Amino acid sequence: MLDFLASVGRIFIGFLDGTGRFALFTVEGVSHCFRPPFYPRLIGRQLIDMGFYSLPVVGLTALFTGMVLALQAHTGFSFAAETGVAIIVVLSVTRELGPVIAGLMVAGRIGAAIAAEIGTMRVTDQIDALSTLSTNPYKYLVVPRLIAGTIALPCLVFVADVIGIFGGFLVGTYSLDYNPSSFLGVMMDNVATDDVASGLVKSAVFGFIVALMGCYHGYHSKGGAQGVGAATTYAVVSGSIMILLTDYLMTALFFSS
Amino acid sequence: MNDKIKIAVRGLKKSFGPKVVLDGVDFDLQEGESLVIIGGSGTGKSVTVKCILGLMEPDAGSIKIDGVEVTTLSSGERFKLLRKFGMLFQGAALFDSLPVWENVAFGLIQGHGMARAKARDIAIQKLAAVGLAPEVAKLSPAELSGGMQKRVGLARAIAAEPEIIVFDEPTTGLDPIMADVINDLIVKVVKDLGTTAISITHDMASTRKIADRVAMIYKGRIIWSDTVDRIDRSGNEFVEQFIHGRADGPIRMEIRAL
Repeated sequence: MLDFLASVGRIFIGFLDGTGRFALFTVEGVSHCFRPPFYPRLIGRQLIDMGFYSLPVVGLTALFTGMVLALQAHTGFSFAAETGVAIIVVLSVTRELGPVIAGLMVAGRIGAAIAAEIGTMRVTDQIDALSTLSTNPYKYLVVPRLIAGTIALPCLVFVADVIGIFGGFLVGTYSLDYNPSSFLGVMMDNVATDDVASGLVKSAVFGFIVALMGCYHGYHSKGGAQGVGAATTYAVVSGSIMILLTDYLMTALFFSS
Repeated sequence: MNDKIKIAVRGLKKSFGPKVVLDGVDFDLQEGESLVIIGGSGTGKSVTVKCILGLMEPDAGSIKIDGVEVTTLSSGERFKLLRKFGMLFQGAALFDSLPVWENVAFGLIQGHGMARAKARDIAIQKLAAVGLAPEVAKLSPAELSGGMQKRVGLARAIAAEPEIIVFDEPTTGLDPIMADVINDLIVKVVKDLGTTAISITHDMASTRKIADRVAMIYKGRIIWSDTVDRIDRSGNEFVEQFIHGRADGPIRMEIRAL
């Protein structure tokens, strides 16, 4: 019985230790975002890596998501016909699917890359080398990625929204024979600025989460190649879960009224 | 070398869970002196150096650099203090996302705020000082051999002409000839710059070449310390066993039966 209680206690203390370490890392990382020195060159490089180079994968995913959505809406809600399909596509993509799908794709592509890069730097003493060269690793490694993630994902999601809606439009007009101008008109009439804005705010939070998880797990990786591999897995899994969790919380907040 | 104490370590302790790694390390290092800390794997050499550099926080004890207690410094003060240091890491720890010249110039650009063009010129000078041609400057670290990486690491350590240089296992993984080349370079740069040096190694050839003074660490304590010319007459059975690489003696390897 005592052994069982000791095991439970160890797990609980381990959980608290991990939570505390993550909270301190987050506070430290965010606080350095507002204190000089800043590294604009590194932020620019990360913006290109996270934003520009993620465009193909996010664009393709958004295109097919919009197309599938139009088909599903047509077959599943046959009573809704043209108007319903157009509304479902435009609201689903802008409010929900654009940010979430883009967030998950970026978590897989960028979260893993960040964790692998910083993790390798950790196990090969490169992070210690940064410190001995009077460079704060948080400012040099973590801050540029946090800032770039928070800026890049809304830009990606805006593009994904346009491509996703275009995908739904393609299927609606060419495959389902809806009238193009009225289908487009219904879409435009039923999307409000708030729908797009809420998606962009969500995506900024998702971008921050993806970068934070990649940095955190990479920064604390240990044990050589196996440790870096584990850090990469944790970064993607925890990033994806956090995206879905915060998505629910933000949706409840934005649309509760 | 002069009588001014550059680094003073007293009662340094560090444990990882139940494992005690440092159990009260004490030593002084004079300005301009080259101290080599020897000892087997896992005896606390690297941890001692990491505590001095602030890469690890000691559990207890005092570390004074130029008379200033550094264990209580804030993060910002510590990064300023680290401008006094250069370090050559065991695996060189070059930044593989940067070309060789940016690795060497990194501390000058980021730590000292020097313009990139000027830092590049200094980097090429330092590469020449460690026997590397200017063409190497454009290469990426992955294109270099182990010996060349060590030399680039050495060039990076001396680029800002630091007051103290730390060498972590400088010859590990190198063939004997390249190891001797690195030893000669270390002696040369330390003498040229008049810098204070701490090295950690278990390579006795390297120790004899680069040390003014040797300290042996065992079970987290300095058990012997003297000038390098006295190492063969230490009268300490632990030192005797270590420098002659004998399996038999007071130092017992912890080997578990399968």
